[in-house]
Amino acid sequence: MSVETLGWGPLLIVTIMAVVTLATRWGGVFVMSFVPIGQRVRQFIAAMSGSVLVALLAPLAMQGDGGARLALATTAGVMLVLKKPLPAIAAGILAAAAFRQL
Amino acid sequence: MPATEMPPLQSELNRQLVWVGFRQMVPIAMFVMVFGAAFGLAATQSSLDATWVVVMSTLVFAGAAQFATLDLWGPQVPILPLALTVFAINARHLLMGATLYPWLRHLPPAQRYGVMVVASDANWALAMQSFGRGQPGLGLLLGGGLALWLFWVLGTWLGTQVGDVIADGRRWGLDMVMGCFLLAMVVGGQKNLRMLVIWAVAASAALAAYRYLPENSHVVAGALAGGLLGVMWTEQSHER
Repeated sequence: MSVETLGWGPLLIVTIMAVVTLATRWGGVFVMSFVPIGQRVRQFIAAMSGSVLVALLAPLAMQGDGGARLALATTAGVMLVLKKPLPAIAAGILAAAAFRQL
Repeated sequence: MPATEMPPLQSELNRQLVWVGFRQMVPIAMFVMVFGAAFGLAATQSSLDATWVVVMSTLVFAGAAQFATLDLWGPQVPILPLALTVFAINARHLLMGATLYPWLRHLPPAQRYGVMVVASDANWALAMQSFGRGQPGLGLLLGGGLALWLFWVLGTWLGTQVGDVIADGRRWGLDMVMGCFLLAMVVGGQKNLRMLVIWAVAASAALAAYRYLPENSHVVAGALAGGLLGVMWTEQSHER
């Protein structure tokens, strides 16, 4: 099934996208409201929260160009030393920009 | 207080905390505005009307999914592939909601779900980091989310008007802002041998899924692998 992109069609398309996205934002909270939060669930959540980020970043580090890898390495390095996010992010972006000017 | 109980103090949510969260997110939101402009430009180039592009950013507020669905736009848009693409890319929100639940559950349902409307990668990561330090985080989630949303919509609109200005953003490393931000959150979080092993497993699972499983399944696969290991490998004590 398809929707025409003439007239009000785009509004229907955007609404479908918005509803699906909202369902993902609410779904996790909704499901958890039926799960008793015990020690195991708490451990699962704690381990998963870092893992979401790592899983997002892993392909970026593996498939990215040299600039992307250099940016991530620089950010990690500066963050370990300074422990402040903004300088770490700025250094990462500068590294990518410098690499891509070459 | 039993170990399983999160202190309700961390779930505090008031005007001041939201404002603090908003201000704290503005530097990152400025970059999100550039993403927004890139999206606005790409969308108008995919022959979407500028009005609908802005409406989409306002109502959907999910950059990666919005970019991905641009490929589907034509004289007709197929509904099922559209919905599946949006769901797959945004499935990570399910995990974010679940990880926030121990703190969200202290709020009345209307606030609980209201706050989640603006949940996205950056403000979720900031909120979780704050919870990890034993500080309140829901103000960062809501305030930061509002900042991201505002600048995302503003950037989208700018992109539909004067998009050519940022056409070369990649050359200046601007595509790396979100990656570097999220990595800074990971590195700034709890670090010990157990956590590092969990992250390594999550990364390996994500890469394997990226390679062998359907598109966009890698985040969910990696997060679940890391989470399951976290259940099996019991934490000894609260080390840092």
